[in-house]
Amino acid sequence: MKTERDINLARRRFLVVGAGTGAGLTLGMVLAGCEREAPPAGEQAQAGPGKAGGKVLTESRFEPNAFVRIGGDNSVTVIAKHLEMGQGSYTGLATLVAEELDAAWPQVRVQAAPADAARYNNLFWGRTQGTGGSTSMANSWEQMRKAGATARAMLVSAAAQEWNVPEDQIEVSDGVLRHAASQRQASFGELADSAARPPVPADGMLKDPHENRLIGTRLPRKDSKAKTDGSARFTQDVQLPDMLTALVAHPPRFGAKVKSFDADKARQVSGVEQVVQIPTGVAVLARDFWSAKKGRDALTIEWDESAAFKQGSEEIFARYSELARQPGSVARNEGDSAQTLRGAARRIEAEIRFPYLAHAAMEPMNCVLQRTADGVEIWNGDQYQTPDQHAVAGVFGIEPQQVKINMLYAGGSFGRRANPQSDYLVEAANIVKAGGRQQPVKLVWTREDDMRAGYYRPLYLHRLEAALDESGNPVAWRQRIVGQSIAAGTAFEGMLVKDGVDVTSVEGAANLPYAIPNLRVELHTTELPVPVQWWRSVGSTHTAFAVETFIDRLAAEAGRDPLAFRQALLREQPRHLGVLNLAAEKAGWDKPLGKGRGRGIAVHESFNSYVAQVAEVSLHPDNSYSVDRVVIAVDCGLAVNPDIVRAQMEGGMGYGLSAALSSEITLEEGRVVQGNFDTYRVLRIDQMPQVEVHIVPSPLPPTGVGEPATPVIAPAVANALRAASGRAFDRLPLSLSA
Amino acid sequence: MIEITLNGKTRALDAAPDTPRLWALRDHLGLTGTKFGCGIAQCGACTVHLDGQPTRSCVTPVSAVGGRQVTTIEGLRSAPAKAVQAAWESLDVVQCGYCQSGQIMSAVALLSRNPHPTDKDIDDAMSGNICRCNTYARIRAAIKQASKALV
Repeated sequence: MKTERDINLARRRFLVVGAGTGAGLTLGMVLAGCEREAPPAGEQAQAGPGKAGGKVLTESRFEPNAFVRIGGDNSVTVIAKHLEMGQGSYTGLATLVAEELDAAWPQVRVQAAPADAARYNNLFWGRTQGTGGSTSMANSWEQMRKAGATARAMLVSAAAQEWNVPEDQIEVSDGVLRHAASQRQASFGELADSAARPPVPADGMLKDPHENRLIGTRLPRKDSKAKTDGSARFTQDVQLPDMLTALVAHPPRFGAKVKSFDADKARQVSGVEQVVQIPTGVAVLARDFWSAKKGRDALTIEWDESAAFKQGSEEIFARYSELARQPGSVARNEGDSAQTLRGAARRIEAEIRFPYLAHAAMEPMNCVLQRTADGVEIWNGDQYQTPDQHAVAGVFGIEPQQVKINMLYAGGSFGRRANPQSDYLVEAANIVKAGGRQQPVKLVWTREDDMRAGYYRPLYLHRLEAALDESGNPVAWRQRIVGQSIAAGTAFEGMLVKDGVDVTSVEGAANLPYAIPNLRVELHTTELPVPVQWWRSVGSTHTAFAVETFIDRLAAEAGRDPLAFRQALLREQPRHLGVLNLAAEKAGWDKPLGKGRGRGIAVHESFNSYVAQVAEVSLHPDNSYSVDRVVIAVDCGLAVNPDIVRAQMEGGMGYGLSAALSSEITLEEGRVVQGNFDTYRVLRIDQMPQVEVHIVPSPLPPTGVGEPATPVIAPAVANALRAASGRAFDRLPLSLSA
Repeated sequence: MIEITLNGKTRALDAAPDTPRLWALRDHLGLTGTKFGCGIAQCGACTVHLDGQPTRSCVTPVSAVGGRQVTTIEGLRSAPAKAVQAAWESLDVVQCGYCQSGQIMSAVALLSRNPHPTDKDIDDAMSGNICRCNTYARIRAAIKQASKALV
């Protein structure tokens, strides 16, 4: 065997699979031609383009590992351990497998993995299955390619035995194995049975990058067709026999509880089956959404607001502003910024306010949950399988592995479906528990429920101070960040909070890339009953704005061009410089714009990817403005699918642009003011700038693309508006009339 | 029982007359391609055609449909519809996909009445459809590509 692989070894890089590097690969369930006792949960998922339904499959098939299945019908099914919520994970994961397998792209299907952290954990998160932090491709990069390479090796071995020829004389391309000398060939499907017989080899061989045929090319998305003809199934679309729909009346303020309620009128609504009190409010169960909605509207509830939070956003900001004038926990310290600031030739200060933000995914939060003889079954576009299994198991007093999750597509998430408290799943579990029913219950949140339920990007305040020397070089920088911790009180606290500093509160500031000799970043972590959570790009949603607009102010104070000022301070940061220079060049940084127009630049690293953006804005006579053009440069390592990278840059930028232009959640006396898209205003097509994306070629392993474009646009726009209007901005969203 | 003409066929359903058309389609007729996004005609995810005109199905009672033809994403058959769906696929417009039925219904209605829209025509016709993945640049490009295909 070894000698037969020598030529392959010369062509391909040998890769040793060590213990712990590929948990999924160690499991080789070989079941070709056999009936299976029970399909994994993922096979019942409607999410993938693969066959739906939990029926026992009898066709011949070859399962070399937990990620690949080759059917007698010549299909290659890639088992995707990550949620598809728009970011292109299904297509990307399938690309990695198909590349090493030498499959033909059209024969590749994708199916969601079941909840099983032993096989499908996120390799960056220990024994936790979940999607987030722009890690899908990065953590799967070797794992999925190995899965493909192992499957390929087994197919080659099977063909060699069947044809009685040496393995090294077999070529594989586009899903076909060929032996030239004997003019024999076979498709994957034809070899599925025999490939299943030899033992799973302990090694796979990965291609040299220059041999890649699929990675680095524009392969069409696997989910495009179903999402274009209306057949793609989301959680909202799950319909099961006897299913009830539940709506919940939530308290009007965070921390309020049900004191008493009268459900008589609600029960009289046609279609309403049951009304139950649960820890988060009062739930109405009905045969359909509209009946449940009318039932909920008919409830009379008296709330106990004695422990409710009754402050408004402006009161929170005022308190944060006071805190920002006092020292906080130290996130980074170099030199002596206090001393340098005191003796500075020129000193610049800023205080910047960031509102709460709702994720506002197009699909409001929802899930379907059923108590079964074996435990609990869930249907959900699930982003946090392992924490969700634990949380739901806790409600029923069962074991986490008794919680089966059927995956659906998620209609966006932007972090919301990765809730450390599993909030909406636990709510559904409590409804089912209180109702004492065996039938499935679909919990549906209306847009207002979704927007007022909290779990916002926290409200933050930054106070920045810097000193310039006589030549205009920054010599001191002090940044104080005030806000709630996302990780505190969650299972992630141990991992994310270090020495009293939640790294997600300071990321993007504590790792300031600019060469400033005296640097101090401090954090005040506050405690409020307003639920908070990660929102696309997490800490960078505020730190990038604070850093990149303040740098622009320093450049202006120094009388220097914002690009040149950054270039000088980023001399030791080649990847920052790379995207900065590329974006500036493609945007035509030096070309003057007309009166009333402005250009701004920003650069930021997040999730190990580097993004620079140049925004062009126009001022309008009515004190409004438009963002006309955005040029984006990204360095995300190797771009597995450049078109999906571009899509994530376009879309991620647009997501951040909503927050720059108009989105904010405000509290008044503890009540959330906004409830729907009429008041929580998000980007529409007529506000979308022309956008172009430029990818820095890179041989490095892929890093995140889902989030890194989001935090860069707000500072780029603010800097462009400052260039056009002379005004600096001290709060988001960016308004010229405020 | 309420009768409506849906995707060319007469369908009867047993729903309260004030049930919005959206929920009649989804919960009573099992057509889930039309999505719930806001419930107040602000996001466009629920867009269907009523006699070819794009309307928000989340705010109109099913009883108000009368004898008019309801077309949903599942019932698209026209040449503009085929061109739009082909362009959507070829440019990989979709990301999460949840809003895209509504986007496509609005785009098909636009091209059906105006096969060669200007940039402003496109923005005007599509500004009622929110996409939180912000696929807007590709939506514009796909409508232009579909427009060319209709020549």
